[in-house]
Amino acid sequence: MDLVIDIVLLTFLGIIALAINRIDKLFCVIMLSGLYSLLCASLFVTMDAVDVAFTEAAVGTGIATVLLLSTIGATDTHQRSAPHRPLLALLVVCTTGAILIYGTMDMPAFGDPEAPVHQHVAPRYLEESQQEVGPPNIVTSILGSYRGIDTLGEVVVIFTAGLSVVGLIGFRGMQKYGDRQRAAGITKDDMDEHLVLRVVIKIFIPLILLFALYVQFHGDYGPGGGFQAGVIFASGFIFYTLMFGLDKGMRVIAPRVLGYIGSLGVLLYGGVGITTMLLGGNFLDYDVLMHDPLHGQHLGIFLIELGIGITVFSIMLLIFFAFSSRKGLRQ
Amino acid sequence: MESILNFISALCIGLGVFLGITGAVGIVRLPNFFTRLHAASVTDSGCAFLILSGLMLQSGFSIPTLKLLFILVFLLITSPTASHALAKTALDCGAEPTPHPYEER
Repeated sequence: MDLVIDIVLLTFLGIIALAINRIDKLFCVIMLSGLYSLLCASLFVTMDAVDVAFTEAAVGTGIATVLLLSTIGATDTHQRSAPHRPLLALLVVCTTGAILIYGTMDMPAFGDPEAPVHQHVAPRYLEESQQEVGPPNIVTSILGSYRGIDTLGEVVVIFTAGLSVVGLIGFRGMQKYGDRQRAAGITKDDMDEHLVLRVVIKIFIPLILLFALYVQFHGDYGPGGGFQAGVIFASGFIFYTLMFGLDKGMRVIAPRVLGYIGSLGVLLYGGVGITTMLLGGNFLDYDVLMHDPLHGQHLGIFLIELGIGITVFSIMLLIFFAFSSRKGLRQ
Repeated sequence: MESILNFISALCIGLGVFLGITGAVGIVRLPNFFTRLHAASVTDSGCAFLILSGLMLQSGFSIPTLKLLFILVFLLITSPTASHALAKTALDCGAEPTPHPYEER
């Protein structure tokens, strides 16, 4: 049965990839790429990787689609055809693909218990994470505790993305959007007439925020955690902004404030690490945070997940604001 | 009792799958935007409602049932809203529903 599902999903993935290649309407391409992510998420679910699937669904299908849509608001809706035939590029891509497929020949089969990845540290994670770290969701233990420094790196990557966007567009550039609209005499928003959408979204925004908090604080027990929660929390604000206009969205939470909040998340994460060092442990070794190592681990993972959630939320919203504020700049 | 529940659940899921396929055929075969939207909304509401109900009957009184119920309520509100937004946008952009779409082609 799994085989049938895999074959169907992979076939769809192939078809969508071809369609994305052939279609030159960027709106369709974005929708299809969202669908591609959703199918990937389904594939991850069939592999029992629900945390990864959740992230893929929230980031790939949700926020990436919205960010890309807000980008084509500022650019063109049609892909320009290439002036030359990119045969060399095709050759490079085909060669790389062939090498990658050749590389998979030596890999062990999926789920093979003899595979090196299941021999090295995985048995320790599976057997001892309950005594060493505590959370029932082992993914959270690995992400937060065993591999805490890697996760810190990921958060810094996201923070850097936000920094780059701010460096390119700037807080003032984002705030100029409202002035430009007023100068052009545009007082009404595109969405002003959609009364039904407004009512429904007003009902749903609190529920979305509540769900994000659930995902954030339930990550120890089920799939979820800071990354997904941050994205979902940001999508609540993005909904509001899409519906009531960028100007009002920025009045709810200003880009500059988002910058501060984003740094706060990274600082919280790093601060936990520094605190553990000051208390006499290693960097991000939560055992020393409280008298009982398990309680210390619990507190440490709670704090760093909170830091991740805060940073991801503010940076995602910041990037959305930055991209949307470019709308109408070309005329 | 168990077999009756199983039967009703299988009926729901089967009917839901049927409606899903009907909607897919409709999206491909129907002539213009509004008729296609009609087909899509059959899939959105009817198919999802029936399949989720069937799954809820399978899982009994438990947390998964509650979660499925949440998804169901969410879908029951969001799918008609999405259909409405699509139809309204199409109207605003100049597409008009016509009484005899087949004869115009």
